[in-house]
Amino acid sequence: MSYQLGSPLPIGQWVSNGVNALTNNYASAFNAITAGVHFLIASLRNGLLAIPPLLFIALVAVLAVSLLGWRRKGAWGLALFSILGLLLVLNLGYWIALIDTLALVLASEIMVIVLGLPLGILGGRSEIADRILRPILDVMQTMPAFVYLVPAVIFFGLGLVPGAISTVIFALPPLIRLTTLGIRQVPAELVEAGNAFGATWWQMLIKIQLPNALPSIMAGVNQSIMLSLSMVVIAAMIGAGGLGNVVLEGITQLDVGKGFVGGLAVVILAIILDRLTQAIGKKKRSL
Amino acid sequence: MTSEPGARIRLENVSKVFGRQAERAMEALSRGLSKTEVQRQYAATVGVFDVSLEIMSGEIFVIMGLSGSGKSTLLRLINRLHQPNAGKVYIDGQDITRLPTKPLRELRRRKFGMVFQNFALLPHRTVMGNVEFGLEIQGVPKAQRQQRAQEVIDTVGLGGYESSFAAELSGGMQQRVGLARALAVDPEILLMDEAFSALDPLIRSQLQDDLLEIQDRLGKTIVFVSHDLDEALKLGGRIAIMRNGRLIQVGTPEEIIAQPADDYVSAFVEGADRTQVLTASQIMRHPTVTAHPQDASCTLLLKMERSGFGGLVVVDSARRLHGYIGLDSVISQRDRKRLDPDSLHTLPTATPETKLGELIGLVTEQGSPVVILDAKERVIGIVDKSTLLAALAQMPSEEDAPDQPSAPQAQQA
Repeated sequence: MSYQLGSPLPIGQWVSNGVNALTNNYASAFNAITAGVHFLIASLRNGLLAIPPLLFIALVAVLAVSLLGWRRKGAWGLALFSILGLLLVLNLGYWIALIDTLALVLASEIMVIVLGLPLGILGGRSEIADRILRPILDVMQTMPAFVYLVPAVIFFGLGLVPGAISTVIFALPPLIRLTTLGIRQVPAELVEAGNAFGATWWQMLIKIQLPNALPSIMAGVNQSIMLSLSMVVIAAMIGAGGLGNVVLEGITQLDVGKGFVGGLAVVILAIILDRLTQAIGKKKRSL
Repeated sequence: MTSEPGARIRLENVSKVFGRQAERAMEALSRGLSKTEVQRQYAATVGVFDVSLEIMSGEIFVIMGLSGSGKSTLLRLINRLHQPNAGKVYIDGQDITRLPTKPLRELRRRKFGMVFQNFALLPHRTVMGNVEFGLEIQGVPKAQRQQRAQEVIDTVGLGGYESSFAAELSGGMQQRVGLARALAVDPEILLMDEAFSALDPLIRSQLQDDLLEIQDRLGKTIVFVSHDLDEALKLGGRIAIMRNGRLIQVGTPEEIIAQPADDYVSAFVEGADRTQVLTASQIMRHPTVTAHPQDASCTLLLKMERSGFGGLVVVDSARRLHGYIGLDSVISQRDRKRLDPDSLHTLPTATPETKLGELIGLVTEQGSPVVILDAKERVIGIVDKSTLLAALAQMPSEEDAPDQPSAPQAQQA
């Protein structure tokens, strides 16, 4: 019995050749992207690090209370959690790692929104665009994240930038999908009303579809932030640094304690970011 | 092509069939196949087939039919929310079926206002934000459009609710917002798609009165889609009756009732034999709210507001009839403690055994409700126009209606 049908198709070879061709022919384009993304992350990082940690912690608490509304019990709970959690990170000596990770996540999220929102809108407005996007998103979501790392390193070298790029690829699909869904779920009668009053494509989008899709879009933003945080440790393998690096060191040195502490810091950051972005979505919904 | 003066909207052999095989379905329809057969053979849904009609400037034109009869589709063909498969639609003499996107948009902005069955208000906007929507789309500056929106909000009686959100309002008030939004752009044509069908009867009746009043003042051309005969007869200057996508009859309410075009229409307005069968005791409405001769005028106003009627029958404690008091005379003597007995109108009376046919005569001659008295001259019921119509109109379901493929050309009355 043979467990091989014919000679294997050289799919892996094709991909490698394609990647090589891209790096050889478009090196300048990749360099420009690298410089741009690096600048974005670096300025976010330097900006965040310029704030004294204690002031930063206080600002997060104030933000929690103002976003959730000071009348709500949850707001004060989140504020208290943020203060204690961030103080713990500061105490453990991982403040700079935390800010590195936060800058990476924020920069990725900015890129995710810049790319994902228009694509999601396109998918919501056009049946053809949706049909093209769907399988691509399926691949992006199911392809193991490690697979992105190799081409990311080849295109953008080691360090922060390939980490951010692979994070963007990983975190992009939910925002696109939920934006598309949100736009499609706008009641047909509202769209009809817009048409009946003579709204243009753009007016329909801005005045009817986006406001009604906002809760869904904010759920997408929330999901993509959570996904980029989960990508942090993986991205650390190609030198993205931050809290992921702490965890990675813990693993490679078989230091369970260090690994746990790094993971704990990631979780603290994740909970704060999750609650804050959910609050933005809810706040708009109740308007 | 020019249309005769006064015709604001003219449809010429307009058809709309949904589905991939629309062309072949159309051909089958012109061979006389029914809507259900076409649905089965071509998987095509017939919206409207071969409808021609004219709607005059300043009239209220009611399109009537059961669900699935194509009345809402017909309405959407008028402002081309649906692109017709065949036929022409003229608005003020201009054929809009071939109009490119931009002029079509301009036309919709300039000439049409639309009101929807489920209101279709923007949930993220206030009443003010909703009413100014059409003007915002047109690019009217903020101060100017808010001033205009405020005028219209006051017109429909929503003053004080400008900053409320739609979800905070009752159904009736939400539809007032919908009406205000349509009126704000000062359209020449108002398209109303079952606008009052989602409301309970009392609120519906109030909004119908308001619409008639607004129409009186502004003289818009109104195309009103309804499945409710009562509503059609009350609002319609002319009524078009649709069935399975075809136009069966167009005429004034009197024409439709007096000379129904076919069995289907007569099933709608069946009454010829019923008038000789039904008696007052079977159809009368029990006077739940009545005025008492001793009532102060503020009490009367409150009763009228609660009941939704513009007038009350005045009955004393022994249930003897004193007359009828209208809203106007209550308002004119609102400072007085008692009603002036001279301000009461006398009402025609009848016995419980009076036949429906005779009641119709009494109501239409006098134009006021008929009071039903028992043998001891006590008030036991009231028959007014809406009671009569309710008795006359018994709507059969589509299966019960006699199936009669009619010649499409011979429909217009």
